[in-house]
Amino acid sequence: MTGFLLRRLGGAVLVLLALTVVLYAVFYVAPGDVAQIACGPRCSPAQVAQVTEQLRLDDPVYVQYAHFLQGIVAGRDFSTGTGAEHCAMPCLGVSYQSDQQVTQLILAKLPVTGSLVIGAFAGWLVLGVGTGVLSAWRRGRLTERVLTWLTLAGSATPVFVIGLLLIILFCSTLQWLPAPSYVPFTEDPEQWAWGLLLPWTSLALIESAKYARLTRSAMLETLAEDHVRTFRAYGVGERAVIGRHALRGAVAPVIALSALDFGTMFGGAVLTESLFGIPGIGRELVHAVKVVDLPVVVGMVLVTGFFVVLANAVADLLYALADRRVALS
Amino acid sequence: MSEALLVQEAGAAPAVAPASGARSFWRRLRAQRAASAAALVVLLLVLTALAAPLLTALAGQDPNTYHPDLVDSAAGGVPIGSFGGVSGEHWLGVEPQTGRDLFARIVYGARVSLGVALVATALQIALGLVIGLAAALGSRWLDQLLGRITDINVALPVMVIALALLAIVPAAFPRPVLIALVIGGIGWSGMSKIVRAQALTLKSLDFVAAARLSGRGTWSVARRELLPSLAAPVITYAALAFPTNIIVEAALSFLGVGIKPPTPSWGQMLTEADTWYQAAPTYLLIPAGLLFVTVLALTVLGEGVRTALDPRAASRLRVGTRTGGKEESA
Amino acid sequence: MTSHEPLTGPAGATGSGTSSSGAAGSADPLVEVTDLTVDFGEVRAVDRLSFTLEPGGALGVVGESGSGKSAAAYALLGLHRGTGARVGGSVLVAGTDVNAADERGLRALRGARAAMVFQDPLSSLDPYYPVGDQIAEVYRVHRPVNRRAARARAVEVLDRVGIPDAARRSRLRPHEFSGGMRQRALIAMALACEPRLLVADEPTTALDVTVQAQILDLLHDLRHETGMGLLLVTHDVGVAAESVDDVLVMRRGAEVERGPVARVLGAPREPYTKELLAAVPRLEVRRTASVSAVEGAPLVPAVEDAAPLIEAVDLRRAFGRGSGRVAAVDGVSLTVRAGETLGIVGESGSGKTTLGRMLVRLLDPTSGRLRYRGREIGALPERELRPFRRELQMVFQDPVASLNPRRSVGESVADPLRAAGERDEGRIRDRVGALLERVGLEPAHFERYPHEFSGGQRQRVGIARALAAEPKLIVCDEPVSALDVTTQAQVVALLAELQRELGIGLVFIAHDLAVVRQVSDRVAVMRRGVLVEQGEADAVYEDPRDPYTRQLLAAVPALDPGLAAARRAARRELARA
Repeated sequence: MTGFLLRRLGGAVLVLLALTVVLYAVFYVAPGDVAQIACGPRCSPAQVAQVTEQLRLDDPVYVQYAHFLQGIVAGRDFSTGTGAEHCAMPCLGVSYQSDQQVTQLILAKLPVTGSLVIGAFAGWLVLGVGTGVLSAWRRGRLTERVLTWLTLAGSATPVFVIGLLLIILFCSTLQWLPAPSYVPFTEDPEQWAWGLLLPWTSLALIESAKYARLTRSAMLETLAEDHVRTFRAYGVGERAVIGRHALRGAVAPVIALSALDFGTMFGGAVLTESLFGIPGIGRELVHAVKVVDLPVVVGMVLVTGFFVVLANAVADLLYALADRRVALS
Repeated sequence: MSEALLVQEAGAAPAVAPASGARSFWRRLRAQRAASAAALVVLLLVLTALAAPLLTALAGQDPNTYHPDLVDSAAGGVPIGSFGGVSGEHWLGVEPQTGRDLFARIVYGARVSLGVALVATALQIALGLVIGLAAALGSRWLDQLLGRITDINVALPVMVIALALLAIVPAAFPRPVLIALVIGGIGWSGMSKIVRAQALTLKSLDFVAAARLSGRGTWSVARRELLPSLAAPVITYAALAFPTNIIVEAALSFLGVGIKPPTPSWGQMLTEADTWYQAAPTYLLIPAGLLFVTVLALTVLGEGVRTALDPRAASRLRVGTRTGGKEESA
Repeated sequence: MTSHEPLTGPAGATGSGTSSSGAAGSADPLVEVTDLTVDFGEVRAVDRLSFTLEPGGALGVVGESGSGKSAAAYALLGLHRGTGARVGGSVLVAGTDVNAADERGLRALRGARAAMVFQDPLSSLDPYYPVGDQIAEVYRVHRPVNRRAARARAVEVLDRVGIPDAARRSRLRPHEFSGGMRQRALIAMALACEPRLLVADEPTTALDVTVQAQILDLLHDLRHETGMGLLLVTHDVGVAAESVDDVLVMRRGAEVERGPVARVLGAPREPYTKELLAAVPRLEVRRTASVSAVEGAPLVPAVEDAAPLIEAVDLRRAFGRGSGRVAAVDGVSLTVRAGETLGIVGESGSGKTTLGRMLVRLLDPTSGRLRYRGREIGALPERELRPFRRELQMVFQDPVASLNPRRSVGESVADPLRAAGERDEGRIRDRVGALLERVGLEPAHFERYPHEFSGGQRQRVGIARALAAEPKLIVCDEPVSALDVTTQAQVVALLAELQRELGIGLVFIAHDLAVVRQVSDRVAVMRRGVLVEQGEADAVYEDPRDPYTRQLLAAVPALDPGLAAARRAARRELARA
């Protein structure tokens, strides 16, 4: 068990390290004049030279990369126009635009994205697994056909389309809800929940389609297995067969998918945040992309990668615990 | 249970899928009503996209001409007339503010949507095939290396990395091509995992061992014995990945980092329609509806293709279609 | 007949060997099947079958694959319900009219008064739950007891079926059990509610021969102890001979012959029964009497002079890494000469398949030497091995997996010819046609695909493909274990004939001791990666030196019920020793 964890952790660290190399190469080395980008299109050559100096862009690439890595594991100092600023341990650099430290920026946005993802996650898990179980139970009947088509429709709808329609319906036409907004939980829990209701609903509706398909197919697969026949042959009723034996087979795949989705979305539920104007990591990323704020972009991609790798490691662990047949290796 | 019994008692169905010729594939596909209808819709969309210049010429319009006279500039640019300015010339009305012909923009938008998704899917398949086969057939060292690379790839969520890449590539690079390259270049890990797993399974089968014993070379064995059996999972994967890629392109354009104006794209029209839904609802509903219908038809067709290729494997690909963990895209 | 008739106490003396029919004192039969039909779509699996089973009696249903024997057994518990199969006729089991009963009535029968044991013990248990919980779950369906009492009952029945340390093992999941223990656990599940009828569908087919003997002995003892009736479905006539009083031979869904087991097996009346019995390989029969006598020429002395074709010295192969590294083959030395057949017998996991694959270099040896006609080939890289590839051929076990389903059989057989550089399509066709004819197929079969053939025919194609390479040595890995006995006999005869005709070396790997004796000049017995005994076939079979060989031989089911009883006694003797 400990050996498995250590190996998994070692693998995760390796993957993240490789990810930094890839990102560094793609973003800082490839596109040409970083100083010009950092400074902005209207900077004079003198200003650009100054920026080059500040960002130490004259150093060889590997030295720059070493500084970048050093910032992540130990922290580093940045020279600003007036003096030096210390950027503490997981230092992902400093924004070109706002001079804010990327780590601070992300930490500030994390609770926002977290609020959105955790609420939606609960919704889509219940809705998706529930739909999957229901359609596996009523297989071959009208209920299943209806659910299958609803699920297909769900997987054919982009989240921004359903979100737009929900806003139009509930906020404009019916005027039942205020326009979606984000209020921190610590400030006003009730406003927090009302503001996030539509984003949660849209995300949960769309994501649940995937989980319904997965649950249903895993359960149908289990239902075709020999051991289900054994319990039927021993007088065990359909409800116990579905609820105890068939559902058990769906646990492991649902965990695996959940972990991956969870990890990815923590790195920013880009579309939902942009549509509903929720100031989370995803919206910040879109903004950074539009203004070519490289340290923010790289930092956020790295953080997303970190969450995905972490979630995958956790998923592997849960998977192995859920499916005891899988040896921890 | 009865199926298992039949196999056991009558020995009818072989465990390894028998050769299914193209003809029996079409027969099985046609036997599914929903898939046939979906195929018809897809065919119509493809023809529309291909014949975009012809269709717009027929309507006497083009997607980029401004018609300021058709919008009420006093009211902020709302199209004049009912249903967003529908008329004999402008079959679906005009765009608010600019007055560009909606029909022409929609039709040209279909070109972008389908084209980008097609190239992206082809790229995913090609990369996935090469990497998956190399991992399965190469040395253990190569397999380990490619496994790590795949891990890194999985850690790169398509949406986020595409956003990031689009930030740094010079604007001169044609956007549709760039988007197709980005989606395809990142989203190959699902395909490669399936190909690797399938090839490893096939490799362990006795008929591959027998082919080796007959004295044929490794490449010849791979080509003759492995590739034909990989066709079914690859086609199925492609059919299911295609609609997903359409959504990703629409999403990127919706975020304003994908297809740039004046090139029309459904996703980008939705961004703009966001502010016009009260004054000109058709401007929102037409691209949204088309996007929905296209993706739904392609998904249903994909499911049909899967069923037609391998009636018994009900869910092998369900987990595998996770193309690189696209947030909220499917 | 009351539904909750208590069934306690031994109904017959253990080991009496006679039927305990009517011991329960009831006049009604336990099972009464009249004109049973089962149809799967267009296929009629069971065709107007009728039989009865008295309380405490044991009936064996014997037939080859496709005979409908399992479909008939499933009908006894109404397991065809909801599957799309159509069931006709009447089935009365322990007072329940199975075909007419509603869901509730059926559930009350299943597991409580009639229980079923399935073929594959691993897939028949839920992999996710502890074995004890699964038995307890079934018990609580039929008995109004709490969880704790049900668990206690589970431990009790697990203990009864001979699982040591049952309380601890009841908390393990199925994959932590060995194959034999799993089948014991399934039998324990069946016993939990003290059923009056036990239906066993090929209960020992997935097991090794020594484990099979233990399970059959367990069923034998349980039957005499509890007085329950037994319906045993099997393809193996020997298994039936060991375990039942009456036997019903089935073919194509219908009854062929029915009667007391000693009469049917001793003096069969129907031609099909005779054919079936004649095809069953017998442990007692010497090879010289069956094969070589036809030729008249003694083969063995000539072979001894020949130079070894292949020679393995201290061959080893390990799998896995680190602490998980296991030697599947652990220091095996053997030789095979031209014109000779070496039989290798062993149970599952003995390493016999790994050894066979190393001999033709489909697997690389971890260490040791492998010489082919005096030349070391054990470590040759693939490129340098190419010239020898064709001379070392293999016939595989699974007739489905050994042919590419997407290529015509002719193309598969032509592979070695094309690889040898033959380009002339006409010559390839002629040669493949001749080869197909040689193995008992038709040249016109060239264009057909594997799924159009039966298992035996596919195995013939596999043999033709091996022959196409003009090999010097053929390794046959369980070539007939997936086939019915009558087909099995034909394929074995074909292999023996080809070997004599072509003077090639043959390595015949199998778990079935009787089959191996039919074809082998010399026999090697393998266990846990090593050869425990090697020698002339007759010597090994008639005077085994190694205790494991003796154990194996004692475990083989005998066709004659008298002999079966004697072997059972011998097994008890061995177990005690």
